[in-house]
Amino acid sequence: MAVLLLIWFVVSYLLGIVFVEPLNQFHLGGFPLGFWFAQQGSIFVFIILTLVYAFGMDRIDRRHGVESAPASSDSTGFSETSE
Amino acid sequence: MTIQEWTYLLVGITFSLYIGIAIWSRVGSTSGFYVAGRGVPPLANGMATAADWMSAASFISMAGLISFMGYTGTIYLMGWTGGYVLLALLLAPYLRKYGRYTIPEFVGDRYYSQTARVIAVFCAIFVSFTYVAGQMRGVGVVFSRFLEVDVTIGVLIGVGIVFFYAVVGGMRGITYTQVAQFCVLIVAYLIPAVAISWKMTGWAIPQIGFGSTMLEGQYAGMALLETLDTIHRDLGLPEYTGAWVNGKKSMVDVLAITMALMVGTAGLPHVLIRFYTVPNARAARWSAMWALIFIGLLYTTAPAVSAFARVNMIETLNEKSYADAPEWFKSWEGTGLIVFNDRNGDGMIQYSGNAATNELTVDRDIMVLANPEIAKLPAWVVALVAAGGLAAALSTAAGLLLVISASVSHDLLKSVMWKSMPQHVELRMARIAAAFAVIVAGFLGIYPPGFVAQVVAFAFGLAAASFFPILLLGIFDKRTTKEGAIAGMLLGIGFTSAYIIWFRFIDPTATADQWLFGISPEGIGTIGMVLNFMVAITVSRFTPPPPLEVQNMIEDIRSPSGTCHVPIQH
Repeated sequence: MAVLLLIWFVVSYLLGIVFVEPLNQFHLGGFPLGFWFAQQGSIFVFIILTLVYAFGMDRIDRRHGVESAPASSDSTGFSETSE
Repeated sequence: MTIQEWTYLLVGITFSLYIGIAIWSRVGSTSGFYVAGRGVPPLANGMATAADWMSAASFISMAGLISFMGYTGTIYLMGWTGGYVLLALLLAPYLRKYGRYTIPEFVGDRYYSQTARVIAVFCAIFVSFTYVAGQMRGVGVVFSRFLEVDVTIGVLIGVGIVFFYAVVGGMRGITYTQVAQFCVLIVAYLIPAVAISWKMTGWAIPQIGFGSTMLEGQYAGMALLETLDTIHRDLGLPEYTGAWVNGKKSMVDVLAITMALMVGTAGLPHVLIRFYTVPNARAARWSAMWALIFIGLLYTTAPAVSAFARVNMIETLNEKSYADAPEWFKSWEGTGLIVFNDRNGDGMIQYSGNAATNELTVDRDIMVLANPEIAKLPAWVVALVAAGGLAAALSTAAGLLLVISASVSHDLLKSVMWKSMPQHVELRMARIAAAFAVIVAGFLGIYPPGFVAQVVAFAFGLAAASFFPILLLGIFDKRTTKEGAIAGMLLGIGFTSAYIIWFRFIDPTATADQWLFGISPEGIGTIGMVLNFMVAITVSRFTPPPPLEVQNMIEDIRSPSGTCHVPIQH
């Protein structure tokens, strides 16, 4: 998780903001690279991070021998359906 | 068929759909009313969260804002998506695992303090009302422009619809209406974007067209963004893709605003509450992922729309004769959102970065709504955009109203005033609170306070400075005490509000030099958040540790799903 948060920080704050001008010297198609990270790339990376996290946690859950219960409707109120 | 007839048709169809869903999903229990019975599948919750989150501001205003800001618009693009990484990794699964009805309820239990809970309730209510006023104004704008009815009637129709499905259907009604509204709004956003991208660059995917070359016009063969930079230079405006050029925000300000918006997103009660509606912690992680995909679909398209619209607008209007101005220009002029002032009296429209010679003022809010007309797309596309704007505004309004209703009925009436309130009475109270909140929201939409735009900074700043640190410490630091949490929240809120009130209302002419570290009121929530963290951690070390049962509860929340022993009883 710490690695994922580090990537989150590097992509958005460093590549997208702090180093945007030096990166703009390079181009990705018609995009200046820093501009692309700020307005496109960062969002793609955010999506990948949450995806990797969801998969990773599923694996940890399985290692502990638990699969979360399937979706079920519980209208009684407080009882948990998860564990 | 004219644009207006198409709009009546599409708005009529979508509104009937929302009412139909409300009737189908009406609820009879508090669990159904507050958290949709916790039976929402992650994919559906992802769509509902996306619609809940993407408001009139995202749909109607954002691309227009970016179009005028260029690179700096990234504060919204990253700020309003990056928070979901924090939500998915740090908050949503844990809050869901604890499993109560509202965020103030978690705060009250974790910090074993009614005071903490009441502070959280007032933050939640304030943030939500601030936000909802903007949604209702969005509804009014769409109605008055496309259906040519009075803004008041437009808002009343919107209020009527939300009233019906929020009061009858509660969270369950809201959730499934939001799923439908997401589909409407995303289709309405993507169709014109794809069409315009295809027309201008030959690429049907706007995210690619955005970085491709222009097909026609005097800049044919040049990259779209390079074209924009050139046009901007010629007009004496800062370069579109330039970051730290004159006339744009400073780096420290961009950093602070982006952080405040991200952290604020992760602390907004109407977003957090959506993760209570899924069956378990795993579903909360997956629904955060789905939500971000659906939000990203619009958020990666928006900057492309901004760039296309910018080129189109300047090419269509600049140095053109006013007498030959297209029809959409005249209809928006009628609403006062486009103003032409022929300073040199030559009958031509001259757009310029120089305020003394510029003759054209375009309100940022109209770019998305006017874009299909500017690009000469068919009438039904224009009407679809109107229906999408309404879907975005109504879905967010409903989510906010539910937070207000739950805060009043569950956190104030039940927990503070009448602990043994029976469920059916609480449900009736929740409905009355929702109805009351809808009416107040409608009132704010008809008579918008002049400072709606300014107070939006408040919503994010306060969420960032109050909820986020307290929730994060509540989950990851067992040692944080009630004294620490209360002191942290009060300082965070106090500092952030004082700063915003000072620079927004008392001394609004202050320049960046007078700002603390050069941070504007939009970004000050970041400092408020840091102060909250520091005070909460320090005070906690000097006060008696939380009771053992609270410490056990935190262990429980954080252990992998399987090892949780007894579900916490209410």
